[in-house]
Amino acid sequence: MNIAVCVKQVPDSAAKVVAEDDRVSWGDAPLVLNPWDEYAVEAALQLQEAAGGEVTAVSVGGESAKEALKTALAMGCTQAILVSDPALAAADSQAIAHVLCAAIQKIGGVEAACFGRQAIDGDMGVTGAQTAHLLGWLMLGLVSKIEFKDGKLQVERSFEEGIQIAECPLPAALSVSKDIGEPRYPSFMGIRKAARAEIPTWDLAALGIEAPASVVRWPRISNPPVREIKTEMIEGGSPQEIAEKLVERILEEKVL
Amino acid sequence: MDFKLTEEQQMAQQMVREFAQREVAPVIKESDRQGGMAAFVLPRMAELGILGICLPLRYGGQGMDYISLGLACEELEAVDSTLRVVLSVHIGLNSLGLLQWANEEQKQRLLKPQARGEKIACFGLTESGAGSDVAAIQSSARCQGDEYILNGEKMWISLATKAHHCLWIARTDPSAADPHEGLSAFLVDLEQKGVTRGDLHGKLGMRAGSTGWIALQDVTVPLQNRIGEEGEGFKIAMACLDNGRYTVAAGATGLIRACLEASTTYAKSRRAFGREISWFQLVQQKIANMVQFYDAARLLYLRAGWLKNQGVRNTRETSLAKWFATDASFQAAAEAVQIHGAYGYSDEYDVERYLRNAKGGVIYEGTSEIHQLMQAGYALGYRVDAPLRCELPPYDSEFWQAEI
Amino acid sequence: MNGKILVYIDQFKGEALPVSWEALGAAGMLGAPAGGSVSVLVLGAESRRVAEQAFQFGIQQAYYCDDATLDDYRPDPYAAVVTAAARAGAYDVLLFPTTVRGREQAALSAVELGGGVMPDVTALEVSDGRLVATRPVYAGKLLAEVVCDAAPVVITTRVRAFKKPSADPALKGEPVRVEAAVPEGDIRIKVTGYRQAEAGVSLTDANVVVAGGRGVANNPALSPPAGLDEKAAEIWRGEQGFKLIDELAAVLGAAVGASRAAVDAGYIPYEHQVGQTGKIVSPDLYIALGISGAIQHQAGMRSSKVIVAINKDPDAPIFKLARFGVVGDIYQIVPPLTEEFRKRLEK
Repeated sequence: MNIAVCVKQVPDSAAKVVAEDDRVSWGDAPLVLNPWDEYAVEAALQLQEAAGGEVTAVSVGGESAKEALKTALAMGCTQAILVSDPALAAADSQAIAHVLCAAIQKIGGVEAACFGRQAIDGDMGVTGAQTAHLLGWLMLGLVSKIEFKDGKLQVERSFEEGIQIAECPLPAALSVSKDIGEPRYPSFMGIRKAARAEIPTWDLAALGIEAPASVVRWPRISNPPVREIKTEMIEGGSPQEIAEKLVERILEEKVL
Repeated sequence: MDFKLTEEQQMAQQMVREFAQREVAPVIKESDRQGGMAAFVLPRMAELGILGICLPLRYGGQGMDYISLGLACEELEAVDSTLRVVLSVHIGLNSLGLLQWANEEQKQRLLKPQARGEKIACFGLTESGAGSDVAAIQSSARCQGDEYILNGEKMWISLATKAHHCLWIARTDPSAADPHEGLSAFLVDLEQKGVTRGDLHGKLGMRAGSTGWIALQDVTVPLQNRIGEEGEGFKIAMACLDNGRYTVAAGATGLIRACLEASTTYAKSRRAFGREISWFQLVQQKIANMVQFYDAARLLYLRAGWLKNQGVRNTRETSLAKWFATDASFQAAAEAVQIHGAYGYSDEYDVERYLRNAKGGVIYEGTSEIHQLMQAGYALGYRVDAPLRCELPPYDSEFWQAEI
Repeated sequence: MNGKILVYIDQFKGEALPVSWEALGAAGMLGAPAGGSVSVLVLGAESRRVAEQAFQFGIQQAYYCDDATLDDYRPDPYAAVVTAAARAGAYDVLLFPTTVRGREQAALSAVELGGGVMPDVTALEVSDGRLVATRPVYAGKLLAEVVCDAAPVVITTRVRAFKKPSADPALKGEPVRVEAAVPEGDIRIKVTGYRQAEAGVSLTDANVVVAGGRGVANNPALSPPAGLDEKAAEIWRGEQGFKLIDELAAVLGAAVGASRAAVDAGYIPYEHQVGQTGKIVSPDLYIALGISGAIQHQAGMRSSKVIVAINKDPDAPIFKLARFGVVGDIYQIVPPLTEEFRKRLEK
């Protein structure tokens, strides 16, 4: 079974992100493979171990996104493809879904597509489901456990109330939660392969599609209003005294 | 001259960093307190290939170069010195010794399981009465038919109780005119009759590791497990130290980095006299010193690693790197504790552990004094490195990475 | 915009998830001023009951579908009903609560209907006849104003961002049943079972969260039982720490949260993690115990109304966010704190 894993490059989660003139700046923080997508790569590799086939990492982005793809290769993906086109500069999630759909079809023979639950920059969390819909595939969101048995996927999905256990035939797309298991580290073998990999770049012409329409725009990006927090340090001669004072002050805030 | 690390080296460093920071850092205080290595550490390092990082695939390794070994050591010791010690003894002092001196049959039989991490390896040189004075070794090996009978006791052996193999230096010729020439090297299987061993406690530092003693009483070692020729033991031990010291230098560099990172973080958050203490010039001076230590130590060990990659003899350069980095790491740790003030003196923060661990580095694998003598010897022309019968092979990516 | 709004009410076994009613609150803000109307759609077993309840919030119409094919949540048959209802009503705004199902259905209906989706919105306003949504991005480090150039505009509302509208039990209405659109034979996903989540107050819905960090393991007075290795001993220490937190949470009716450090160290399962790669919460009261407040943790809790921090390290970044801070050992402070709350809240 061939598997695609769709990944994104994002500023590191420790980056100090600020808005400057409606643009996002993260200083000199590194760009990394989206942390949620590491779990998607892990899920894809688990599936591959169970069902065989190849795992292709796909990313839509600029040239620098090859670095994120290299991380995916070092973790064990078979190959990687970058989709890059100036026409995608302001693409929204739906446009990206159209592009990923075309890319997955072009890779050929793909029967499962893995996604992270969301990217830590836009925090949208919809691309997986939208890509699945465009492919005409089943969507399994927030999968916490996955098995491959008798040609079918057996999954556990996390909902607010608990875990749903379901099975479905292929092809299917899935987004994964952290419970899928800690992402494996790159292996030394994978590292060498990644360092030497020539990652092909496909543009929209190569995918045979026009630039898909983007309907959602972000005209303004701002820094959240600075909350004036005056920290009051509670002190006292004994833990008991501190506890009494603290409870008194919290009750005065009327949040209980 | 290219100072840039290759992409492979950078990714390898990153991988080791993630392992050390994510898996070991959270439990290191507890291990240090309890005085022993957490049980998961060695199996996990084996599973991740770290125990064979710079050994050729054909001998069970991962095919990376000697610089990657140094980078791994830097990352491991940035969390705890005892993690780096694993690579110092398993790879530096033992496995690279086999790569350099063992014959092909021995490499397949003895090195392979070590590089795969199936067998943990240690190094038995020091004895209670023979530290810097290697020629004073008392351990004996008596040839009897097609085997040797070994007796003696080694002290201050890292991983003594964890290892399966020990590269053991023993006296085979008590009558040799030059006592150095009466020594030979053996790869001893520690899981056999006549071997007793134990851990030493009460150390100042390195508490999250294993340091112990190994005693052999009439232990038989087959002829095929003698490494090199009879009488080559001293040369082999010194060659092993060229590799062990390289890992110590690289590790101490990581320790300096840890001191620097802890100090900048703390100085920027701790306030005194109405501002962060990072604004005070005497604090800044300490930080500047650590930056200087780190960069210099890093350049020195990378040069040594580069020479190893090229196959150029590097005893002098490695000794210099080890001397400088360990001395500097001890100073850096002392300054880091000072910046942390009273907090630094307690185990609330990591810097007191750095200080205790750093003191070890200026003692083992050649005390700073030995290295000073060596450097003076080279400068004065009293010391010249004669070519060895077996040199450490230069890093050849094709040979290292060929899958056989 | 025409002001015709459809709100998807996410429910489980006849109980609406609270954020569903908050989505209705957001709809009320938009619909009435535009002279429009607000309808709701509820799917699944016992959905009629929830649809009836919705009338008390002043909606115009409630649709439901309790067809057996919708007993278990499966994306495709649900999406088929949602999109059919959306088309039939020609709504120009579809509102969903930000739940697992809500986000998924929003994504699917936007792409099916040719609209645009704006998930996890915290504020909505109409400016020059156009809907402008505010969404936190980069884990709340930034706010983005988002607009959609196509209809329908599909929005999911973040938990606790909008007010639940006030209920008037006198308001009643007759829900309209809509038909399922996909026969069972055509549905490829089969649900074979369920597993209960751990009991306790839901972290994202909670008014009060008590959270612990790696610091909870540092009780010097405790020594782990003999025979545990370092990792197990460390986990044991952490679990003892979380017992304290559980007790305080029980007294406050609070949910229990944790920093990533505590989760990674194995003290508590991942579902309790607050932060960038955990849950985002904004309770009225957030009590951080032994949490230093790394930037990734702050991303998950900084919008809490009142933050209280207890930490041994006076320089811990968490104090910068805190309304009240105590420099001290949680093992000394928390037990009397729990007792004091118990006394005061029982009155």
